[in-house]
Amino acid sequence: MKVFEKLLRSRSLFGSLSILILWYVLHLAIGSKIIPGPFETIVTFFHLMTGSLLLHILSSILRITVAIVLSMGIGIPLGLWMGLSKRADSFISPIAYILYPIPKVAFLPLFMVLFGLGNSSKIILILSIIVFQIILAVRDGVKEIPKEYFYSVATLGLNRWQIYSSLVFPAVLPKIMSALRVSIGVSIATLFFSENYATTYGIGYFIMNCWVMVDYVEMFAGILAMSLMGTFIFKAVDWAEGKICPWV
Amino acid sequence: MIRIRDLGVKYGNETALENIDLDIPKNKTCAIIGPSGCGKTTLLYTMAGLIVPSSGKVLINGEELKSTRKETGVILQNGGLLPWKTAWDNVALGLKARGMDKAEINGKVSAILEELGILEHRDKYPNQISGGQRQRVSIARTLVLEPDLLLMDEASSSLDAINREHIQNLILKLYMKNPATMVMVTHSIEEAVFLGQTIVIMERAAIKHIIENPYFGDEDIRTKPEYYNICLEVRKWLSKELSKEEEDK
Repeated sequence: MKVFEKLLRSRSLFGSLSILILWYVLHLAIGSKIIPGPFETIVTFFHLMTGSLLLHILSSILRITVAIVLSMGIGIPLGLWMGLSKRADSFISPIAYILYPIPKVAFLPLFMVLFGLGNSSKIILILSIIVFQIILAVRDGVKEIPKEYFYSVATLGLNRWQIYSSLVFPAVLPKIMSALRVSIGVSIATLFFSENYATTYGIGYFIMNCWVMVDYVEMFAGILAMSLMGTFIFKAVDWAEGKICPWV
Repeated sequence: MIRIRDLGVKYGNETALENIDLDIPKNKTCAIIGPSGCGKTTLLYTMAGLIVPSSGKVLINGEELKSTRKETGVILQNGGLLPWKTAWDNVALGLKARGMDKAEINGKVSAILEELGILEHRDKYPNQISGGQRQRVSIARTLVLEPDLLLMDEASSSLDAINREHIQNLILKLYMKNPATMVMVTHSIEEAVFLGQTIVIMERAAIKHIIENPYFGDEDIRTKPEYYNICLEVRKWLSKELSKEEEDK
């Protein structure tokens, strides 16, 4: 009974076990090779992790990380500028609103022609999708800062740079972390798509290659790796938020 | 200290203040009271240099106010503490902005937090302390800058009755120890009479009446009948204003 209670309390473990049970039930119910059992998939996953799968995951993590860092490098300053300057907002917002809803995956062939078949085109594809989420989240974050905080720092005699560092940037940090969480999900989905073209490395390539080779156990091991990669990145963002936004 | 002449403030087409004339001598306290929307907060923010008047002027120590001045301390309605800074960092913020060295900042911040009885909460964020403690931190943040003019916008309005009295007593004690010119906006008659040497009663966008309070400075005044007499007089002026507003409607 106590073990069961402990399991219930550990939310990650409880979630993982629930998925494993559901997966096993589905495996039994379908009774086809297309859904292999969790046990043999996990064994294959650990076996592959000592070899090529680790390299595929690392390539994907590298692409996502570079895309996110670049998106933040572009999105945060632009969002801050738009939030603080009505002129900048009135100039950039219409452009962002027109470009944001366009399905950027349609531009992958164009990106491949412009930026090459390697990592650059895949990174730029992810960047072109998530940078808008970050720009708009930061802009809205700045606009939502209560006026009384601006009054408060103005009466304390803070200069322009001190207002940015002590008020504006910390105020939008939680918004940036939320935008980052949303962006991660989109990034992984886009990454999976882009890694199906012109590459032999990346978790997307690995999964689709296993599918073509009709190796469903390895394909599921790849899906498991992708899921763990996503979980790892989410946990990293949670950890980072706890460190840089301890007041939240 | 403060001379306000023919002051007017407009928000678009709406007149928030009109033809305001007011003198507040050095090291005296002034409480501004009036119904919601009468312009009392606008008047305080104009004295702080946060709002630019559309006509007239505010003179502080003979100089016309153009923007915020470093010697004016302002305590906002909800404290205005930055949620991402600990109590210590909030209090140290203004000193850092003045380029003071670290040792001096440490000494001053420790001393003021100790004096206001909140040193033990130095590493807590504003959302981790009570409303009364938060208000003490915002008072500390302002007083640590040793202002010659202290402006308070309903400094105790968000607190319960007991904490409100504690903060009022604290403000009086601090004033008695280090007198400075003090202007406070309040909607509490009791607070205005307890903390104001001069009580300014406002009506829509204008000053209606000024009452001098000879009993200011007595910490036990709340138990005396004279206190209630002045409260009654303020109440009378306010009710006249309210009934006039109702008649106009």
